[in-house]
Parts: sequence; C-alpha cells; structure tokens
Amino acid sequence: MYAFEIERPSTVADAVTALAKSDENQALAGGQTLIPTLKQRLASPETLVSLGGIAEIQGICQDDDGRVCIGAGTTHAEVAAGAGAYLALAALANNIGDPAVRNRGTIGGSLANNDPSACYPAGALGSGATIVTTAREIVADDYFQGMFETALDAGEIITEVKFPVPEKANYQKFEQPASRFALVGVFVAKFADGVRVAVTGASEEGVFRWSEAEAVLSGNFSADALDGVTLSGDGMISDLHGSGAYRAHLVGVMTRRAVAAA
Amino acid sequence: MPKDGGIGASSKRREDVRFLTGTGNYTDDINLRGQAYVHFLRSDVAHGTLKSVDTKAAEGMPGVLRVFTGADFAEVGGLPCGWQVTDRHGEPMQEPGHPVLAQGKVRHVGDPIAAVVAESREQARDAAEAIEVDIDELPAVVDMKAALADGSTKVHDDLTSNLCYDWGFVEENKDAVDAAIKSAAHVTTLELKNNRLVANPMEPRVAVGDYNRSTNDSTLYTTSQNPHVIRLLMGAFVLGIPEHKLRVVAPDVGGGFGSKIYHYAEEAFCTFAAKALNRPVKWTSSRSEAFISDAHGRDHVTKIELALDADNNFAAIRTETYANMGAYLSTFAPSIPTWLHGTLMAGNYKTPVIYVNVKAVFTNTVPVDAYRGAGRPEATFQLERVIDKAARELGVDPIALRRQNFITEFPYATPVAVEYDTGDYNGTMDKLLEMADMSGFEARLAESKKRGKLRGLGVNCYIEACGIAPSNLVGQLGARAGLYESATVRVNATGGITVMTGSHSHGQGHETAFPQVVADMLGIDESMIEIEHGDTDKAPMGMGTYGSRSIAVGGSAMVRATEKIIAKTKKIAAHLMEASEADIELKDGQFTVAGTDKSVAWGDVTLAAYVPHNYPLEEIEPGLEETAFYDPANFTYPAGAYACEVEVDPDTGKVTIERFAAADDFGNVINPMIVSGQVHGGLAQGIGQALLENAAYDENGQLLSASYMDYAMPRADDVPFYSVDHSSQTPCTHNPLGVKGCGEAGAIGSPPAVVNAVVDALQRAGHDITHIDMPVSPSRVWAAMQG
Amino acid sequence: MAQVSMTVNGKPASGEIEGRTLLVDFIRESLDLTGTHVGCDTSQCGACVVHVNGKAVKACTMFAAEAEGAEVTTIEGMAAEDGTLNPIQQAFQDHHGLQCGFCTPGMVMSASALLAENPKPSEAEIRDYLEGNICRCTGYHNIVKAILAASGQDVSNIAAE
Repeated sequence: MYAFEIERPSTVADAVTALAKSDENQALAGGQTLIPTLKQRLASPETLVSLGGIAEIQGICQDDDGRVCIGAGTTHAEVAAGAGAYLALAALANNIGDPAVRNRGTIGGSLANNDPSACYPAGALGSGATIVTTAREIVADDYFQGMFETALDAGEIITEVKFPVPEKANYQKFEQPASRFALVGVFVAKFADGVRVAVTGASEEGVFRWSEAEAVLSGNFSADALDGVTLSGDGMISDLHGSGAYRAHLVGVMTRRAVAAA
Repeated sequence: MPKDGGIGASSKRREDVRFLTGTGNYTDDINLRGQAYVHFLRSDVAHGTLKSVDTKAAEGMPGVLRVFTGADFAEVGGLPCGWQVTDRHGEPMQEPGHPVLAQGKVRHVGDPIAAVVAESREQARDAAEAIEVDIDELPAVVDMKAALADGSTKVHDDLTSNLCYDWGFVEENKDAVDAAIKSAAHVTTLELKNNRLVANPMEPRVAVGDYNRSTNDSTLYTTSQNPHVIRLLMGAFVLGIPEHKLRVVAPDVGGGFGSKIYHYAEEAFCTFAAKALNRPVKWTSSRSEAFISDAHGRDHVTKIELALDADNNFAAIRTETYANMGAYLSTFAPSIPTWLHGTLMAGNYKTPVIYVNVKAVFTNTVPVDAYRGAGRPEATFQLERVIDKAARELGVDPIALRRQNFITEFPYATPVAVEYDTGDYNGTMDKLLEMADMSGFEARLAESKKRGKLRGLGVNCYIEACGIAPSNLVGQLGARAGLYESATVRVNATGGITVMTGSHSHGQGHETAFPQVVADMLGIDESMIEIEHGDTDKAPMGMGTYGSRSIAVGGSAMVRATEKIIAKTKKIAAHLMEASEADIELKDGQFTVAGTDKSVAWGDVTLAAYVPHNYPLEEIEPGLEETAFYDPANFTYPAGAYACEVEVDPDTGKVTIERFAAADDFGNVINPMIVSGQVHGGLAQGIGQALLENAAYDENGQLLSASYMDYAMPRADDVPFYSVDHSSQTPCTHNPLGVKGCGEAGAIGSPPAVVNAVVDALQRAGHDITHIDMPVSPSRVWAAMQG
Repeated sequence: MAQVSMTVNGKPASGEIEGRTLLVDFIRESLDLTGTHVGCDTSQCGACVVHVNGKAVKACTMFAAEAEGAEVTTIEGMAAEDGTLNPIQQAFQDHHGLQCGFCTPGMVMSASALLAENPKPSEAEIRDYLEGNICRCTGYHNIVKAILAASGQDVSNIAAE
C-alpha cells in the first residue's frame, strides 16, 4: 500500500468536512474491497476517512411508509440479523462473502463501490430502493451507472438506503467458484404495481433490470411464465469462469428459481 | 482394538499443541536484529528483451540500502537443474540458463528483474516502482504445439528450438506397440489436457538470509521441504559457498505439496544480499507473488490409445504427451513427465507392450515442476479415463474390464521398466465396492432424479511409485543427486532420545509418527523421543520430503540407526549383567538375560554408556549415538481403488461430490490417523483439480487466474466427508518397515474418479459426451451439454 | 505515525502505527503475536481471522487504526493461562483437524465464532461458515469433524480415524 493517513470522524458532518479537504481523500467503509485494492496499489489516497465510527449511519428501522431503512454503515451481518421486516434482503446479506467479511463489510460501502458482481446492487435495484446521501436522495434506477460507476459525486457519502418491502421477493446467486462473488445473481421483487428483476454479475454494464422478464412476470408471477423468455449473451461478461452465453443462460435459470422461491 | 502406542497406534500429534496455540515458528515469524527487506520487481510481460534497467531514482528513495539487477549476479551461477533427461536419439535435453535476476531477457510474467533492499517492506516496494525498465516486448510463446512449429519465437535464443527433449520410452518397444495397435480388435483413443495447477500451500514462501561477519558463515531460513538439498544446490552451484560455511534452516513449514522442494532465486538472493550488505535480508511472498513465482504443476496435453484384443485383454498402450516446462527448468522439472510418468503407464494392468512419447516444451510461463503426485496423476488420469471410455465403447462393465486386466502375480515386471513388489488390486477393489455401497446407487440415482438432478458413479484404480528412490537407478536415469535418507539416533545419558532426520515435516506429522517407530523397537514410551528436522547444522545430510518418501526411506534410515543402537546397548547390557551378548533380549525397555530373572533397565544402560565406570572400554566406545543412511532397493508401489458419486445440476452444469470412497494399500501403516488425514488432503486436491483449479494463461502469457479471486481453491463446502480405508495391506518387501508411503495417493487417484462420474451422469441422461477436460467447471459442463 | 491502543487477549496493547498498518501487521510485528498468519492478499484464505469486539474479522482486511479501543482476541488468547487447550483446540488435536498448522489459528477463531452464534451447528452449517477459511492440507474432513465434536455432537459415525 502507498502511505496515507486515516481519520476517524464520529459524525457524518465531520466526515464530509474531512473528505472535502483534498480531492485525494477517500471514504473507507468496511474496507472489504478497498483494502485489497489498496494492497495492489491500485489506489493512492492522501487520507482515508473511516466511516466506521459514525453511529448515526448504523442501524435498521422502518419508516412511516413501511420502508426498511438501513444505515449505510450497517454491516452485512447486522442486516442479515436485523432486517426481519425484509427477509429476502436479510437472506441476501447473509450470503455475501464469508462470515468475517460480513462482520466488516457494509451496505453503503458495497453500493458506493458498485462491483459488477456484488449482491447489494441487485437487491437495491431489484427493490427500487432509494439511496440517501449527504447531498440528496437518489432512486436506484438513477444510481447505478455501469461497472464501478454510480451517481455519487466526489465527497458525497451514502448515509442510508430505504427499501420498499415487496409482497414477495427472493435473491438467487450462482457463485463464481473462486471468488464466490456472483457469477450471476438475480433479485426478483413482486410489488402490487409490478415485478422488478435485477441482475448482477452478468453484464459488462454492471447491474441491470431485465425488463422483458419483468413484463412477463408482472402479468403472471410464476417460473413457468418465463418459458421462452431468453436473454442474449451479447454484452455479457465473458471470462475464465463462463462465456457470455452461459451467463445469459444462468440469468434465466436464476430468475426462475428466484420466482419459485419468492 | 486400537493400539495405545507404537507402530499402528493413532497417537495424537504432539506438534498440534504449538500450532493450536499460535506458538509455531514459521519462517515469517523469524525476525533478526538489523533485518532489511527485499522487494522484487518482476516482469509484467511474458516475453521481452531487457533493454535497460535504470535504478538511479530508486537508489535515492527513503530507506533504500541497495538496488540489485542481473548485472550484480553476472559472476554468480544460475539456478541449477537436478535432472538431465536423455532424448529418444540419445542426446541430452536442451538446458537453458536460469539467472537469479533476469539477464538480457524476461521470459515469463513474474520473472524477477531487479531487487530493492530497504529498511522496510513498503519502502522497498515504493522504490521498486521508481525503477525504470525498458523492455522490447516479444511475442509470447504460450501454446505448446505452436511453440514447436517451425519459425516459432524462441524462449531461449541460445537453444535450437523450444523443444527441451523428445523422449521415447521404451524406445525399443515403439515398433511392437505400433504393430499391436494396428492389429488390435479394438482401439480406444482419448485426447485430453491435464490442467496446470498451482500448489498453493497456505504459507507463502519466505526467505531470510543472514551473514555472520565474525565467522564468515551464511545462514538461510527458508520455507523448504529439503533444506540440505537447498544447501547443496545454492552453495555449490549458485553462490559458491562451501557447505560447512552455509546453514539452511527450514523451521515450521506451512505445507509444500512439491512447490517448496525447489531451489528458488529468492533464496539465493537473500543469502547473497545478506553478505553483500552485512545485514539480514528478508523476503515474504505475497499470495499474488506466489502465483507468478512458485513452480506450477501438471500442464500436459496428451493423446492416449488403448488397444484391446477380441477378449478385451489390454494389448498395447501408446501415449503422446506435450509437457510444459515453462520458461526455465525448475529443479526436478525434466524428471516429472518422464521417469515419474512414463514408468507408471502400466497402471494396475497387464499390458504386454507400452510406448510413451513425451515432448517437453519451453514456453513463456512460470516454470512447471512436481506438484503432489508429480507425473503419476498425469499417468493415472489418462489411463483410467481411457479404460472407462473403452468399457463404454465395448459395452462392458468398467470394473469388470479392470479386474480382467489386473496384475495378480507379484513381483511383476512391467513393460515400462519397473518391478512391482507386492499388491492386491482385487483386494482393494473388493474393499472399495463394500465402502461405496454400490448396491445402493440405483436408489440414490432415483432420488437425485426426483430432485431434477443427474447422478453418476465413477470408479478407477491407481498405482504410484513412491519411496523415491534407489540412487543407482535414478543416477542412470539422469538424476544428479542421490535419493537416500539419513537419521541420527542420539540416546542421552538419562535415556531420552533425539532423532535427527533428513526428512522434513511440513504437515505430515513426523514429530509424532517417527517416535512411534523408535518407541516400538525399544519398548519405551514415545514421549521419551524427540524428532529434530529442518536444520542442516543438526541433521545429517538428507534429501528431504517429497514423493511419499519420508517413512519409506527416512523411516528406514531411522530403523537402521536404531538397530545399531540396540546392538550397542545389548553389548553394554551384557557387560552389566555379566552375560553373553547373544542371550540379551530387549523388551518393554528392559534388557533381560534369556532364561534368567536378571535384568537391567533402559536407563541403566544409557547411563552406563555416558558414565563408563563399569564398562567394556576396550571393546566398545562410550556414548550412544548412531547414524544410518538408507538407500532403497526399489520404489514402493502403493495402489488402490477409488469411487466417486456426483450430482450434476442440468440447469447450471454445477457438479457436486456426493460421496467419495478410497480404498488404499499402503503396506504397513505407522499411524492410521495421520495416514487417513494424508488421504483426505490428497482427495481434496484431486477433487480441486477435477472440478475447480485452473492456472490459465491468455495468448499474451498473462496468468488469468493469478489470485484466489480467479484460482478456485477447494473450500469446506466443495467436498463431502470421505470414506477412506487402508486395511488392505500388502507390505513392501524391501524396506524394514514394510511401508509404502501415503502422501500423494489421494491426489493421484481421485481426478479420474470424479471425471468418470461426471461422464457417467451425463451419459445416463442421454448426452453423447465422452470426455470433458478438467476442471469440469459448471460452464464447461453446460457447454458440453449444449452439444 | 500515530498511536493506537487496544486490548489484546485481555491485556492493554499500544504502539506506533502508520495509516496503512493493517491490524494483522500490528499484531504480528508490533506485539510479536505471530500465531495470526497471512496466507493471501485478497481477503479469502482466513489464516488471519481474529475476534474484534467478539466478532470474527480478517485482520488483513482491517486497519490497526480502526481497532482503537477494541477488544481483540487472537489465537494466543484461546487456551487457558496454564496452557490447557480450550474445547475447540482440544477437538482439533483429538480429531487430527490440522496438518501443517498454518491455517489452523484462523480455523479455530472462526470455529469459535461459529459456536458462539450456533452452539450445535450441522455439518452443512459448519461447511458454509468456513467459506472464508481455506485449508490445503486436511481436505476439511477432520476440521468439520472436530467442530462437530467440540460442539458436543456425536462423531462416531463419521468415517474412522
């Protein structure tokens, strides 16, 4: 790692101030992706602003609209244990990485990083969540902008994520055998006004909504309804672990399984 | 009834206590006063001409002590190769130089170009980034067949081609094999790849060089399976340090699996730099660095043909293999696809004639050498896969086909130059069928079907040549070393014993199992015996641990030394009891005079040896310490039969191992608990090769699976509980313990069982699939199912 | 350089660190507690697992600065003062759950966290929980068996030895 300083503010306001001091400053959430990246010397921050000591962005509650609101600094393990009001999301959190990673990694960190194979982007997009930042509220459909790209501006910190709770939902992940990230992960959520299907791991553009499946499932929420609905392998990630065509195929399989399990 | 001590007892491991409490002493736990740190700047391109290496800026960086380049090693020898293979035409293999730091060219991603020594790790790395390297990139030679085509870019400009050797074995049998295949009733052909693997012991390599300016002695602490071999190779061939001025210590070592046999550049560098700088110099590999600097394993491309007569008897085997050597010859690389591979092509079967051709090829990839099994898994995989394929083509039961062709009489001289001393292949197969509950398979198949899953069953046999190796034989075959082992048994005055062995334990439990043997021979408690290993200043010259040789060769040396101790103590006891030496018996730590009630205890005799007041000084020397070197008369031949049951998810192609049974014949067994553990670990590595692991290069010579993010290591949920058995025992006839060795069996025997099972599952489901290359990953299975 | 203070294995521990000093380096280099190991650089192998405030974390993927004021337990803190192995450590020895010993500290720390959460885990739950701990020696058989045994479950039906 290159040398850098660490600051540990205890309020969001102090964190914003610390980040604003230099363009080279960077926020540190759980660090489960950032630290390995720093080890490879792929980033060289001047100061890392640790968000781990900020109590006000930790915890889970429900707002007046029934949305499950999760503080950005809440770890995956805490979501797994505490998001009982949204079991599909709790189950997703409970299967990210491994137990030690889940004790450090946070929802805010995962969404800010937007790894194309991460689970939370599918959960947030599939749920139609709202990402609350120090500057504004961003709906998921506007938030994810491609691999590792988000709508966040420099110095903007995610503070909370608000999840509307669907009637039914489920997340199915087919793991890449080495990293155990999603080779393909599909989050399906059935709301009163329609179905959302969000796919991670598959596309070169990062997490996306599979609108064709959504349309079919909104009319008939059953795995069988997806018969004949396929996705093209074009634009899908093709690597050592599977071709684009394979990933496209898996999207169909995982979607069916998610619908059946929802 | 389990024994509670000695040979055959599952004694709990004494070394566990330090490992379980965090008080082990691994090389990275060693920090010396004044220690500096080295960071290696490694090539990020696979092939190129090194035009310049400008270290000026780096030298001025904070904390930097010195920057070394290839020029600093111009007067130093290169890393030696320990085995010379002679080709089909009687010519020696092509043997390129292997500099410690690159000179003139870089030849693989990871090839070290420069080394920065600094006060801290991060300072060394910071400075390495400031080195300006100008490389003229050359086309990367990656594919082996393309590497041998006319006009291919050469990895080594001073060689005539990228061919290391073209080996034929047994060359005199070639025409007979060709004729037998031509006239056979049936010939089954299979083309396959044996995937390149990375050994990945959990402890990355570490080296700490130290220099004593007072005595002019050098010391190297290193993660090695064979510190004496490193001392010899590094001292004599690289740095020119005589062995009496060089100490190599391999303390607790966190696994090896072959990858820590070889002498590596980093070891030579740290020893050299410690003297040059008069400071200890430490290198700790990161895992990412390990992927591009530890020797890899396997990587064969093979075509095998099995000819059968009209009665399904094996008539001939012909194989052609391209074996990847990588960019340089690692220490034992040339011997792996030849003498550790070709000699095993008979397997467990009577095949009158066999011809093995191996073309070893240089490519711009990390050097390839032995990895658990080393040549023998490659032989077993192709043979056991082609037999399975033949059985399917002929419509016969694959187990029956194997049984029909089993070798049943011993000793048996194979047509590939080895003689199996003992074995009972039907015995292990019978045991396996019992363990695997074959009769319950149909019910399990039906149950899988109900859940929408395919199920398959794969069975295979294996044989391996272990207990490496008779020195005079391997000398004729090109080995530049002897392969004996040593032991010194030092009995102390009060009766406790220190055994110094040239074998090295890096997980195998020698500290527990070796005392069991000595305790058994002397009739004393195991706790009175301590094993010392891993330090060239303590143990006599030994060849280390690999090739399942420790108990068969090292254990035999210890037996021989202990026999000398027994002979001497009997003499002393005879004197003490004023009896004839011939009448002295040693049992349960007591010396008795046969037929009398006279006895003296073990401790009385050992004390007399060191306090020789009442002692036959005119006949025997005082003291009680004996050394033996043991050179085996033959290899040992562990063998067995394995069965694997898999489920395949037809929607995703994912294969899961549902059951795995292993019936092994290791001859006599010293500690059954440890032996089972060795098999378990080997099975996981074999399952890993079959389903998960793949060191894949792209066409530019970049390693695509260069970390655990892409190299799939078997994890706890990838494997089941295994059923293992080693009660089927035909003791080795030529070593004193009757032992054969168990370290590699699991990794050798398991890959074909897995692939046979997957093919079985797919064929049962109506797919016309005869082979899928390893790793049989979900995407490959799915692609195969698409046709 | 900055100062960091924490409690390690029940004793106060402090030292000078850089921002980039990982918790594992502080433990190994500054405190000379070398039982915690580093087996990879991508947060997968788990040889470095320790407990921070009672939770299993990868000490190679956490900065020392972030452990300011924390209660840290390492493998050195698991046995009793007199050296008696705790039930998990003892089960690993009894059932041959380790070979080279390099992954073992992380395995024991993960197993301990698992049993704290789930005192009687099933085989499948154990295998799932160990996703972040790689062992190259044992094939996991005896690790899983040892954890089952440590949780007081009958392991006599699991293949011998």
